Amino acid sequence: MKRAFINAQLVSGHGGLLIEGERIIAVGKDVTSANVAGAEVHDCKGKMLLAGVIDMRVFTGEPGSEYRESLASASEAAAAGGVTTMIVMPNTNPVVDDAAMVDFIQRRARDTAKVRVAPMAAITKGCAGDAIAELGLMKEAGAVAATDGIKSVANAALLRRAMLYARDHDILIVQHVDEPSLSGGMMNAGERASLLGLSGSYGLSEVMLLERDLRLVEMTGCRYHAAQISCAESVAVMARAKAKGLDVSCGVSINHLSLNESDVGPYRTFFKLSPPLRSEEDRQALVAGVADGVIDVIHSGHDPQSDDTKRLPFAEAAFGAVGLDTFLSVALNLYHNKSIDLARLSQVLSEMPAKLLGLSQGKLVAGTPADFIVVDPHLNWKVEPAKLHSRSKNSPFERRTLEGRAIQTWVAGRKVYSYAD
Amino acid sequence: MLQPALALGAAFAYHAVLMSSPAPRPPIIKAQHLLAVSDLSVFEITALLDLAASYAEANRNADKRHAILAGATQVNLFFENSTRTQSSFEIAGKRLGCDVMNMAVSSSSISKGETVLDTAITINAMQPDFLVVRHQSSGTVELLSQKVSCAVINAGDGQHEHPTQALLDALTIKRHLKSLEGLTVAICGDVAHSRVARSNIALLTKMGAHVRVVAPSTLLPTGIANFGVDVFTNMKDGLAGADVVMMLRLQAERMAGSFVPSQREYYHFYGLTEEKLKFAKKGALVMHPGPMNRGVEIDSAVADGAQSVIREQVEMGVAVRMAVLDALSRNIRTQA
Repeated sequence: MKRAFINAQLVSGHGGLLIEGERIIAVGKDVTSANVAGAEVHDCKGKMLLAGVIDMRVFTGEPGSEYRESLASASEAAAAGGVTTMIVMPNTNPVVDDAAMVDFIQRRARDTAKVRVAPMAAITKGCAGDAIAELGLMKEAGAVAATDGIKSVANAALLRRAMLYARDHDILIVQHVDEPSLSGGMMNAGERASLLGLSGSYGLSEVMLLERDLRLVEMTGCRYHAAQISCAESVAVMARAKAKGLDVSCGVSINHLSLNESDVGPYRTFFKLSPPLRSEEDRQALVAGVADGVIDVIHSGHDPQSDDTKRLPFAEAAFGAVGLDTFLSVALNLYHNKSIDLARLSQVLSEMPAKLLGLSQGKLVAGTPADFIVVDPHLNWKVEPAKLHSRSKNSPFERRTLEGRAIQTWVAGRKVYSYAD
Repeated sequence: MLQPALALGAAFAYHAVLMSSPAPRPPIIKAQHLLAVSDLSVFEITALLDLAASYAEANRNADKRHAILAGATQVNLFFENSTRTQSSFEIAGKRLGCDVMNMAVSSSSISKGETVLDTAITINAMQPDFLVVRHQSSGTVELLSQKVSCAVINAGDGQHEHPTQALLDALTIKRHLKSLEGLTVAICGDVAHSRVARSNIALLTKMGAHVRVVAPSTLLPTGIANFGVDVFTNMKDGLAGADVVMMLRLQAERMAGSFVPSQREYYHFYGLTEEKLKFAKKGALVMHPGPMNRGVEIDSAVADGAQSVIREQVEMGVAVRMAVLDALSRNIRTQA
């Protein structure tokens, strides 16, 4: 069956999208009511029609902590937030460090999730940083990249070998860049942390590990992605590495593009993130980094935490914030305030993650999967914790009013979400 | 091709000498010791292999004994455990009439704190003619050779060289495929930690074979591409059209995630199965220096299959070591 989505604002201008079954068959200004005979016609009424978002950094609690988030509940939040593919991290219980676990995640997602789910494999067994995990077998089973998720592979000798091994199998190494022997603070190190009496985490622990890793990349020739950078200096380091011609990329979380250390305010644990929210200068450098191409990917950093891990004194609370429900809306703010144009925004939300991970979706092109979203860029909505689709409610944007959201989300030619409010 | 007439001539001449021992026998190699393949010339390798071939024939007779080294003393000094190499050297020496002594290092003065050099010098003072040494540290055998007056044979030093293994592999290949020149030999597995690989690369490239190494990058030594070999990281490309597939042993401690993720992943990508063997030339020889890890680097069906010459490698080991003892003895006697 054919469906035509006409009268839409595409990245390329006014036009439409024609799909048949699970695939896109035409896209552009020529898809109009006049030439889509036989198709079911959807009038987008001038709203945006974009490729579905591919979120490269999603933590769920499945398996092991389903009370915080299951693949199913995360996929509800994803669909509502315009995310059509979730890349899930291996830090579950048990860890996704063998082919059977990769297979488990994919089967559970197929049976329970509304959106596409692809797992990243652990680089080291148990994400413990001691021994290389079965990267080749996990890639064959369907893992799209390798990462220790929230943990850094700190041992340089081990990472060097893991990089060599990953290169043989053409696996992207995704590193959480944080030198553990130097980090460990509760928030960004500086005046504010000192005033609050909280231990600080230095930006240097990120910059150091990033620079070390880039040296190892140069030596081994593996494909490398810094999962998320948070400081201005890291942007400069990445720019230099790219200028050198290294096959490297990096991401940033939507939180670090939208918030800074001042938002922590009076010990608000929903703003306790790893890496921590940095200074306003850092935030601005990150936004500029996305705009000018140094930063390749924006992700939600979705990390569901429950009352038992968040409603605690700041120093004892867990790191992380949910982000799937609000991801696209907060990202649209960068478009509204003219920091990033629509084409670039769609690139960093969809096209680049797909390219790095070797996925066929991520761009509205004939022949690719029909994963797309209809976006009302000016629809104002209030983030009510009770209405978040995620099973956990630790959103740093709670009770804020956001401008713009996905009003329809389509995955493989099927509508998985429709905004009704 | 090396002058076959000359090489064969040397072997025939040798037979003549063997019959009329103890008449002086012509020298085969120049050096006093056998420390590394890289010390040997193409001509010396050819002559050693021809001599070994004649011993291989003789070893299949009921009476395998020769008297050419009667009265000589051979000491096997193995600092690292070994079954096949040590027994192979012992049998080789005995078949040539040597008095052979195996030093049990674990119960020797080394365990009382004596240095390797002192042990060697002490043994040397007992006037042996041959000292066969294996040691876990690269370069140790060469160090010993500088301090003793007898002939030293390297039976494996660390990750450096194992010259008699390369010679016996070459002899095994030649018996099946006539010449080494122009053959494609794929050496697969833990090249980084293998002295067998280094000696074989040195010998085979010297003799005109095309050598490939096939391994995950974590098991390839730095700079391997400059050894005159082609480097592959997958078996399909690495074995394509190979005349010989030489598997290497993967030690257990390297399979636990430090160099490769696990035994089963290694087997999946690099274990020589009948399926992977099909990438090689039809009827390609399958070799392994032993001891094998069945189900890790090689499948039993291949190890015991029709293309396997693994047991023949062991047989050729004795012949090659007899040839080496014989050749070195000629230099000792010449100098005396």
